[in-house]
Amino acid sequence: MNSETIPVQLQPKEYKSAIKPVWCPGCGDFGVLGSLTKALAGLQIQPQNVAIISGIGCSSRMPTYLSTYGFHGVHGRALSVATGLKTARPDLTVIATGGDGDGFSIGGNHFLHTCRRNPDMTYIVMDNQVYGMTKGQASPTTEPNWERGKLTPSGTGINPFQPLVIALASGANFIARCSSSDSNGTARVLMEAIRHPGFSMVQILSPCVTFRPEQRDWKHMLVPSPKEPTSDPAEAARRLLKDHGLYTGVLYVGERPVYQPKLESSIGGVEAFEEEFRL
Amino acid sequence: MNRQSISIALTGSGGSGVMTTGSLLLEAAAKVGWYGFMSRSAGPQIRGGEAAAVLRLSSGPTESPDDSFDLVLAIDPGSMSRFVAEIPLREDSLVVSDAAAGRRGGELPEIPAQVLDLPIRNLAKAIKGGRPNMIALGAIAKMIGLPESTIQPVLQKMLEAKGPEVIETSWACVQAGFIAGENLPSFEFAPLGSESGTERWSVTGNEAAGLGAIRGGIRFVAAYPITPATELLEWLAISLPRVGGVLVQAEDELASINQIIGASFGGTPALTATSGPGLALMTESIGLAVCAEIPVVILDVMRCGPSTGIATKSEQSDLNIALNGLHGDAPHLVLAPTSVSDCAFTTQWAVHLAEMMQTAVIVLSDQSLGQTRAIVKRPADISFIAKRRIPEQYDETYYRYAVGDSGVSPMSIPGQAGGQYTADGLEHNQAGAPSSLPEDHYTQLEKRNRKIEGFDYGHHWADLEGAGETAVITWGSATGPVREALSRLRGQGKDIRLISLRLLAPERPREMADALKGVTRLLVVEQSHSRQFHRYLRAAYDLNTEVRVFNRPGPLPFRPDEIIEQLADWAGEGAS
Repeated sequence: MNSETIPVQLQPKEYKSAIKPVWCPGCGDFGVLGSLTKALAGLQIQPQNVAIISGIGCSSRMPTYLSTYGFHGVHGRALSVATGLKTARPDLTVIATGGDGDGFSIGGNHFLHTCRRNPDMTYIVMDNQVYGMTKGQASPTTEPNWERGKLTPSGTGINPFQPLVIALASGANFIARCSSSDSNGTARVLMEAIRHPGFSMVQILSPCVTFRPEQRDWKHMLVPSPKEPTSDPAEAARRLLKDHGLYTGVLYVGERPVYQPKLESSIGGVEAFEEEFRL
Repeated sequence: MNRQSISIALTGSGGSGVMTTGSLLLEAAAKVGWYGFMSRSAGPQIRGGEAAAVLRLSSGPTESPDDSFDLVLAIDPGSMSRFVAEIPLREDSLVVSDAAAGRRGGELPEIPAQVLDLPIRNLAKAIKGGRPNMIALGAIAKMIGLPESTIQPVLQKMLEAKGPEVIETSWACVQAGFIAGENLPSFEFAPLGSESGTERWSVTGNEAAGLGAIRGGIRFVAAYPITPATELLEWLAISLPRVGGVLVQAEDELASINQIIGASFGGTPALTATSGPGLALMTESIGLAVCAEIPVVILDVMRCGPSTGIATKSEQSDLNIALNGLHGDAPHLVLAPTSVSDCAFTTQWAVHLAEMMQTAVIVLSDQSLGQTRAIVKRPADISFIAKRRIPEQYDETYYRYAVGDSGVSPMSIPGQAGGQYTADGLEHNQAGAPSSLPEDHYTQLEKRNRKIEGFDYGHHWADLEGAGETAVITWGSATGPVREALSRLRGQGKDIRLISLRLLAPERPREMADALKGVTRLLVVEQSHSRQFHRYLRAAYDLNTEVRVFNRPGPLPFRPDEIIEQLADWAGEGAS
C-alpha cells in the first residue's frame, strides 16, 4: 500500500450550507440552487476555491446557502464586487448570482460594462419578471400589460428589457438560457458556462410562485433551442431578436479576449519609487 | 532686510505656458538647495482659459502661503483680473507685465503695487520660435538670484522629449530674459541652502498619497476619473504594476467602491480615490464594508461643493459627509493629512488601520494639498504595512465574526479550506448567517464599534505643538498657515498651542482633554462656510474653554497674518 490519498469525490450536497433558504415553497430558485451544486460537483472544484457574489433580492440570497465562500453585498453591485475579486484573485472560480431587478435595473450599468470588460466569470440571473422581496412590483423584464404590479397598476406600458440581446451587444462571451425546473439540463449549461473563458451570461427563468403564479406554466413552455449554438454574433443577434424568448440551452459561444491584467512585479521593492521624487 | 522667502505668481491666458515656467522655477530653486512649493489655480477650461502658477520659495521647509505676493509676472496683463482675490499684493509688491501685449489682451486690473513694463512679447519675437514664458523665466530667475547655470539642466530635462531645437530656442529666450532682468529690481533674497545630509524630494500631495498607499501595501485600485483626484489615480495606474498590483478603470464610482471591496474580500489591500461627488455615490457601499468588515481605504481629494461646485479649487467641506454620511450606525475611520508630505504618512497609516481593524477608512485630502508640488524633506517610510489578522487554523469553532475582546475577528480569505463564510451586508451572527435577532444586532454593533474605539492610535491622532493658554485647533490643509502664524508668534515670544487633528473619527476624548489642559481660549480655523469642523468639535468633545471660529469657504487659502490678526484681536479684547 502506498500513502497516496485517494481524492474524495465531492457530492452536490457538500456544496450546500446548513442554512435554510428564505424562499417561498415552490420558488424556482430552489431548482437553481440544486443545479448550481450539481455543476460545482460535476467540475469537482473545491468549495474554498469558489466565490459566489450577489447583490440584493430573493435570488441574491444564494451565497448563504452554499458551502463555498460567498459575498452578499448591496443592491445592484454584485458584478462590481465580482470584478474586483476576480481581477485580484484570478485563481478563484467567481460566480455572480442575482435577479432581474438587481442585474438589469439598479445594476444595469455594471451589467453593460462587465459584459464589455469580459472577465472570466459566470453570471447567473434568476429571471422571474418581478420584484419578489419587496412584494410584487414590475421589473425591467416584466411584460408591459402586467397589471398586478403594485407601483404600475395599469401595467408598465413599456417594453421589457432584452437581457441576452443586450449581453451580446455589450460583449458577453457566452450566452445561455435555462429553466429552473430542468435541474440536470441547467447544471450541464452551468458547467459549460463556468468552463468557458470570459464573461458567461446565463439567464435562468425561475418562477415566482407567489407574485407570478402563472409562471408555473413555464416548465411546459420552455423548449430546447432547435439550433446548435453559434459563434457568429450577427447570427446570434438575429436569433435572439426573432425567437419567442422561450428557447433554452447554450445560444452563443464567443472567442473574445478575456480581461485579466497581469499581476507580476516588475521592480524589486517600493524603495524604487523614491527615485522619481529625489532631488 | 534679507527675506527668507519670496512669493511669486505667474499669470497668463490659455497656452501661455505659465505652469511650465512655474515648474521650471521650482525645479531650479530645488537644485540650489531651496525649499518651496507651487500651487495651481485654473478655471474649468480643458485647454486655455486663464491660469496662475503660484510659488513660494524659501530657505527652509514651508507649506504655507505667505501673507501677500512679492512678485507677479503677468504674461498677458488681462489674465491677472481673474486672480485679484487670490493674489493679495502690497504697495511695494512688483508686478511685471507687458504693456504692449495689453492692448490686445486686456489690461491690468486696479492693484496696489508697483507696475513695471517688460516687452516680453517683442523679446520673444526677436528669437525664431521664441516663447514669452521662457523670457519670463529668465527675467524672474535674474530678479530672484537664481544663476543661469541652474536653469539649463532643468530646462534640458523637462523639454527633452521636445527635441534639441526646442531646447535651444527656449534657452536663447531664457538668456534674453536674463539680460532684460538686469534692468529690473532684484530681490535681496538669500536662502540658506539645504542642510547637508538632508534628503529632499519634489512631490505633490497626490503623488505622496499614492506612495503612501503603495508603501502601506495597497495592490488593487479601482478608479473613476474626477478632478482633483485624477493625477493620483494616474500615478497609481503606472506605479501599481511595478509592484505586482493593478488599477482598474471602473464605469462609475459605485463600481469603484464595490470593486475594491471585492478585491479586499479576496485578501488584496485595496483603495479608491475620488472627490466629493464620488464620495457621495460611494456612501452606501462604504457602509457595506463596515458591516461585512472588509478593509478598504477611500481617499477624497476635496474640492468646493456642494454638487459640482468649483471642481478645480480647494475646500474643507466634505467633513460632514465623511463623518456622518453613512446610513445606520456605521463606525469607521476618518483621517486627514496635515501637509503635502504628510499625505504619504497619513495614507500609509490609513492602509495599516483599515487592515488592522477590518473596516473602512476615509482620508480627507484636498485640492490644495493634492495638486501642490512641494520641495520637502523625504517623508520617512514608517513600519506600518498591511497586516490583516487571519486565522491560525480552521476547525469546527471557526466563526468569521467571532466576538472577542478587541472586536477584531480573524478573517479567512477565499482559497483557505475550512474558512468559508458569506460576507454580508445583512446583520448576521458570529458565523456570518443572516440574523434579525436583536441580540445579534446589538452584539455585532458593539463589536464593530469596540474594535475602532479601543484601538491604540498612539500619538499620531494629532499634531501637537507649543504650550500656552491659547490654542488654535485646525485640520488638513489649513494646518500650514496656522503653523506658520504660530511659528512667527513664537519668534516674538508668544507661545500658542497648535492642535491639528489627523484622526477625526473615532473621537479621542481623553487625548483631547490632555491636549486642551490649561487652555482658556481656543481658536477654530477651518475652510468651510457652515463651520463643519466647529460643529464636529462641539458635538464630539467637551471643549470646556472659550471658543472662537475663524472660517471661510474655499477657494481662498488662509494666510498667516490673518490668523495672527484673529489672535491679536482676541488678546486685545482681553487686555481692555
